Amino acid sequence: MSQETVSGAQALLRVFEEENVDVFFGYPGGAVIPIYDALYDAENIRGVLPRHEQGAAHAADAYARVTGKVGVCMATSGPGACNLVTGLATAYMDSVPMVAITGQVKTNLVGMDSFQEADVTGITIPITKHNYLVKEPYQIERFPDLVREAFYLAQNGRPGPVLIDIPFDVSAGPIAWAERNIKALDGYEEPQVPAEADIDRAAELIETSERPVIMIGGGVASSDAHEEIRELAEKCNISVVHTLMAKGCFPETHELSMGMPGMHGMSYASYAIQNADLLIVIGARFDDRITGDLSRFAPDADVIHVDIDPAEIDKVRPASVGIAADAKTATAAINETVGRRERGEWEDHLKQFKTEHALAYSDEDELMAPQFVVEKLYEVTGGEAIITTEVGQNQMWAAQYYPLEEPRRWCSSGGLGTMGYGHPAAVGAQIGRPDDLVVDIAGDGSIQMCMQELTTGVIHNLPYKIIILNNSYLGMVRQWQDMFFNKRYSGVDLHGNPDFVKLAEAHGAVGLRCDERESVVETLEQAMEVEDRPVMVDFIVAKEENVFPMIPAGQSFDEIIECPIGDDTE
Amino acid sequence: MTEMEMQRTISVLVKNRPRVLARVAGLFARRGFNIDSLAVSTTESEAISRMTVATTCDLPTLRQIAKQVLKLHDVVRVIDHSESNIVERELCLIKVEVERGQRAELISLCDVFRGDIVDIGNGTVMVQLVGDKDKIDAFVDVMADYEIAEMVRSGKIVLDRGGQG
Repeated sequence: MSQETVSGAQALLRVFEEENVDVFFGYPGGAVIPIYDALYDAENIRGVLPRHEQGAAHAADAYARVTGKVGVCMATSGPGACNLVTGLATAYMDSVPMVAITGQVKTNLVGMDSFQEADVTGITIPITKHNYLVKEPYQIERFPDLVREAFYLAQNGRPGPVLIDIPFDVSAGPIAWAERNIKALDGYEEPQVPAEADIDRAAELIETSERPVIMIGGGVASSDAHEEIRELAEKCNISVVHTLMAKGCFPETHELSMGMPGMHGMSYASYAIQNADLLIVIGARFDDRITGDLSRFAPDADVIHVDIDPAEIDKVRPASVGIAADAKTATAAINETVGRRERGEWEDHLKQFKTEHALAYSDEDELMAPQFVVEKLYEVTGGEAIITTEVGQNQMWAAQYYPLEEPRRWCSSGGLGTMGYGHPAAVGAQIGRPDDLVVDIAGDGSIQMCMQELTTGVIHNLPYKIIILNNSYLGMVRQWQDMFFNKRYSGVDLHGNPDFVKLAEAHGAVGLRCDERESVVETLEQAMEVEDRPVMVDFIVAKEENVFPMIPAGQSFDEIIECPIGDDTE
Repeated sequence: MTEMEMQRTISVLVKNRPRVLARVAGLFARRGFNIDSLAVSTTESEAISRMTVATTCDLPTLRQIAKQVLKLHDVVRVIDHSESNIVERELCLIKVEVERGQRAELISLCDVFRGDIVDIGNGTVMVQLVGDKDKIDAFVDVMADYEIAEMVRSGKIVLDRGGQG
């Protein structure tokens, strides 16, 4: 049997097809021209052209978050690849499965400071699960398997981005095609099965606990464990708190939902954790924005910790029972073993506490409160939008005032906190889920970081909405300066913002502005009517509204600052 | 003992691939784990290299290091030697300045430590010493009575005794 020979670029696209990649987000350049040349003939793969490589990476990331598939982005060598870095780091921190393809200079020019050469594999080691520079003969010989391996690694275990750096002559040159055998891949491993003894011990802890709380994180989203979580919560009557990454993985309107804990979480969520005698932590990693001062975090709680990454267990908070396994498998196993637990005083107490400490904001400024806009957005959209966010106050208000009922409807840069993420994420989410309503909740600062993707949205007729909560400040930094730096506002005044309506129109999108409470609903409804291109709505909101509750960095629930409504000392 | 900060050693078996050293060393650096000594070499298998890393930390930190290192795709296996019975060796080359009259004394000191004189030059003597860290530390202390012109120590290498590992 003679072996089939194809070009490296053709082999790459063939593996894309095997992996069900029907769209990727990429920006061409000299070193990837052979790939774009092969794309010209590819019938089942579409390349979406963003206006900046950072947009390609974020779009691929959000595409992965909303579809559960691997997101693919591409850039040329040197500057193109470097522009992916923020997007890769974002995906790495949030464990998003992504494959990034970068072009590289010809193999004989690598290491020679050649034109548009950058050591991209070197640069991205700390922000990828793995990466390859396809240069050695043993790599070129097994190139199709190498690409398959990249897809496998991106999804297997704890997901994350994998980068393949392909020199021009490798993508243009001949490659021996080889059929797929996933189990023969380097790094293939059978899924981890939770040990029976650990499951028994977890079940026993749950059954005997008096004040249990479930805390779910991004791992529940990536393993689609939401149904198992709900079963566990309902079977054992346990309240559920979710990290920012798990928003929507347990219905936020559910009686047992206790919201998001942490720095800007609901006070009742943090209260529940703080007073629990058992924390059942599933797919979450005790981020510092959740724990604050670790020595005072959940002081009375035993911990059951389920995480697919064994390194997360005992990394921050030691666990009584550590289960290194997929959240879905492990939770299902616990559900099978654990006995029913009746609702107790603790649950009633939490419910009452939740009512007494509901989220609140004062809307006394002449300009409307940003929270008001998000609340109205929730009403107008029936809570059914896919939400992307930028980073800062807008992100926290979105998390607080737009409760979600379903997973994979939330795209927010949780770990890295990347300003500029939300808009390209809206592009990627809308392409991944064309029939859903996609809304980017943005600030006037962060929206300007990847503004150019409006063109991408217009060209592809993407009807996502951008809701700018425009307070003419870099609001979160201003808030810290207000609260902790004696109101010395430094570097946060966004005086001189562009006219966002005109800017939208200049891109061919729809621009709207609203500066009064009475017309918020009407404006939002107007935005929802547009079906063929992006809409950017500039909501002029109170300039100095702060996000509450707040547990100042490095402190604990004891220092929580709830909303100072009617507090004149503020 | 487990909470105590002390020098602990792990062996990292890695695929023989470009950049694998950078991946492992970079992980130590970015997670703030220190490397006291590092030795990289070939092994009984052509495809595998062995890194011996000595680091000063408590046991939970060592466990975390081992788990993080194992996540690297090119890492095949991590062996934690902190609770096993091991043979540990380092190689030291030390060049000291000695007057003619001091040579006999130096040679007898070398004999005590089972060091070998490997070079005698114009006013210098080079000694080679093999042993564990403590032995070499002790020898270097003794040599400090002379003028040490140059010194180099290989990283520590370790194998578990008997059928372990």
